[in-house]
Amino acid sequence: MSDAEFALRPVTVPQTVGASRPLLDRLHDWIVTVDHKRLGLMYVGYGVLFLVVAGLEATVMRIQLAIPNNHFVSPQVFNQLFTMHGTTMVFLVGMPILFGFANYLAPLMIGARDMAFPRLNAFSFWMSAFGGLILYFSVIAASGLYGAGNAPDIGWFAYAPLTSSTFSVGHSTDYWIIGLLVSGIGSIGTAANIVTTILCMRCPGMTLGRLPMFVWLNLVVSALILLVISPLTAAQIMLLVDRYLGGHFFDTQAGGSAVIWMHFFWIFGHPEVYVLIIPGFAIASEVIPVFSRKPIFGYSIMVAATLAIGFLSLGVWAHHMFTVGMTSYANAFFTASTMAIGVPTGIKIFNWLGTMWGGKISFAVPMRFCVAFLFQFLIAGLTGIMLSASPFDWQLGNSYFVVAHFHYVLIGGLIFTIFAGFYYWYPKVTGRMWNDVLGRAHFWLFLIGFHLTFDFMHIPGVLGMPRRIYTYDAGRGWELWNLIVSIGVVFQVVGIACWVTNFLWSYFKGPAAGNDPWDAWTLEWSTTSPPREYAFATIPVVASRRPLWDVKHPEDPDWKYE
Amino acid sequence: MAICAAIFLTVGSLLAYSMVKFRRPPEDDGREPVQIYGSNQVELAWTVIPILIVFVLFLATARVIHAVQDARMPPDAIEVVAVGHQFWWEFRYPQQGFVTANELHVPVSDASHPTPTHITLLSADTDHSFWVPQLAGKTDLIPNRQNSMWIDPREAGVYLGQCAQFCGMQHAKMLLRVVAESREDFERWLASQGSPARQADGATQGRRIFETTACVNCHTVSGTSAHGTFGPDLTHLMSRKTIGAGAALLTQDNLRHWIMNPDSFKPGSKMPAMQLRGNELDAVTAYLLTLD
Repeated sequence: MSDAEFALRPVTVPQTVGASRPLLDRLHDWIVTVDHKRLGLMYVGYGVLFLVVAGLEATVMRIQLAIPNNHFVSPQVFNQLFTMHGTTMVFLVGMPILFGFANYLAPLMIGARDMAFPRLNAFSFWMSAFGGLILYFSVIAASGLYGAGNAPDIGWFAYAPLTSSTFSVGHSTDYWIIGLLVSGIGSIGTAANIVTTILCMRCPGMTLGRLPMFVWLNLVVSALILLVISPLTAAQIMLLVDRYLGGHFFDTQAGGSAVIWMHFFWIFGHPEVYVLIIPGFAIASEVIPVFSRKPIFGYSIMVAATLAIGFLSLGVWAHHMFTVGMTSYANAFFTASTMAIGVPTGIKIFNWLGTMWGGKISFAVPMRFCVAFLFQFLIAGLTGIMLSASPFDWQLGNSYFVVAHFHYVLIGGLIFTIFAGFYYWYPKVTGRMWNDVLGRAHFWLFLIGFHLTFDFMHIPGVLGMPRRIYTYDAGRGWELWNLIVSIGVVFQVVGIACWVTNFLWSYFKGPAAGNDPWDAWTLEWSTTSPPREYAFATIPVVASRRPLWDVKHPEDPDWKYE
Repeated sequence: MAICAAIFLTVGSLLAYSMVKFRRPPEDDGREPVQIYGSNQVELAWTVIPILIVFVLFLATARVIHAVQDARMPPDAIEVVAVGHQFWWEFRYPQQGFVTANELHVPVSDASHPTPTHITLLSADTDHSFWVPQLAGKTDLIPNRQNSMWIDPREAGVYLGQCAQFCGMQHAKMLLRVVAESREDFERWLASQGSPARQADGATQGRRIFETTACVNCHTVSGTSAHGTFGPDLTHLMSRKTIGAGAALLTQDNLRHWIMNPDSFKPGSKMPAMQLRGNELDAVTAYLLTLD
């Protein structure tokens, strides 16, 4: 083991770049950078920016729906808001933040100095960034260019034939198509890059069986992205052909099929949910062991369960289409495949529980977010099983019950783990520790807001309230629940404000964090905080799944048990 | 549902227990807990048990799917064709040969002699979805495709529903109501709907304006020269409770405002403001009020 100990000694190279150069030069450095850490940070920053935008869109919608027959926004603006909110959250918030985490952390965790293709990395980032800008250009160019004054209002899954040139006049739908097409190219590039990096850039001793769980899960996600972005891209090109070259793929008035679009969209759209949530699992799988002081329970089963989820997720898409009149056999098949995916997901929850069991749990802020995630994901999984039964879905599909369900997955699951990840790796990335009081305030406010909003959102769904309506009449039993849901938003907004304040303030004033504030076990904690461009002075050599445990506990190293 | 609640209670309480039990004690000696890497027996248990649960759930679900989707309709089932439009419902009764809108009348069915209503679902433009939560799950209306569903209300009453698939600007105000009534009332309603429009004496001026303006391009009033099919059939307009697919109650005042400018109730409605002068507006409103 002397090899590993040597390699993992803290790096002490004096800092010579950065500090006192003109702002323009430093900005230029960021724009032309191919460094995976800087690109990772830019991905995250870009995602957080759009998170705030999409959050504000949601806030406006909740003001509109707080009371019946409200006239806060017009129906057209409301339709644009939910279209932009959904599109933004999935494509411009979820994916970029997760790519950012993977970009920054995966190379460090496997002992690599950069991604396999640094230039492709930069190219992909800028493609995604410009994709987002194109989408939003439809709004901000209001009276500038012809047709650019309207945001898309077709819903984030853009069902045909509402997107055809007959029903969607002007260019708003084109902005939606082109924006996602461009950002999709970026996603494919980064996914290919992550797969290659993880397979080819591992340091000596880092076999596939020793990859940190975070890296394994991101490998599965990136492979999944390569498979599922393509059908979306294909469908969007077909839609463009329909709109401009007289194609009739989805043009029902000329004999095209609206259902084909649904198949194309959901064979992308459902695996996309797993593309978003598995990186959340990845963060939880790093945070929970460290704060329970135990290794992840059932490592190989966890990996197998992830692979199973990735595989099964490709065969469940039509559960979004239980109401389009498929045959009873098709409905039964997709019910079965959807329920089946509950099994590996359940295994993961049990394994996290097994990791906590018998440990010494410290409830630092990252761990709090992860425990909340476990509870919420459990509920989200169970409402998912309920919806997977197609008769249940006939009743509750496209209602607020579904809206509550997938926000439980994506906020209660994904956003909570993203927050956990932010608090966990912030000291590594900035070299400074965040403020604990503000962190706890963020946690509690957001938790209360989340439950007020999304617990009570299930109820109007059960009472028959469909999604995507800009207003509703009094007297159908929905008023009270909608009001509570909207009140919850206030807590969430204040929570987010605490978080942003905390991270900005700590960046300048926070105490120094040190290289390894959590007494953690993966390789990123062996280098400086923040890591230098080359990350490791010498490439580390590892002998087990927890290289830093081996260094810290030479009397009882992990490799003895492998 | 019960199974889900049970799973939630079990796993949730395990989680809560481990949160309390394994919390790091305040006077911790800093030693690491026993390092456990996993256990194949435990893994096997929590793989097999969920598989069994899922299997049972699936069988139960498959039975319901079969019962609902593959149900045979009795010969005296009522046949209705529902056509979704932006943003209203057209209901055709092919057995009786008339067309109405937004308010579907069906007979109450009883267990000894069920008379379910079999609805064929079509769309004239974009996707819609027929959903009356208290009567049945939803089924989509998709252009170029024929779907079907059935309802079988056992209690008389008015059931509210609405479009459940985003269909454009006024998706929110594409409401529908199902009136389930006794067999006799239903037969009476069928007979009245099947008859041509009443030729009222007092409203000839309104009728003339109606027949000579753009109204007839979109609306039908049987027995007149109005044969449009783009908007709701108005032959028996006054037999309905609402206008604008549930956007407003059907009163004289609302009707007049609606003809003047539908956008005041339903911005984005496909009906244009009719640009009639005040007295023309009154006359047309008076004429429409006779269509019962």
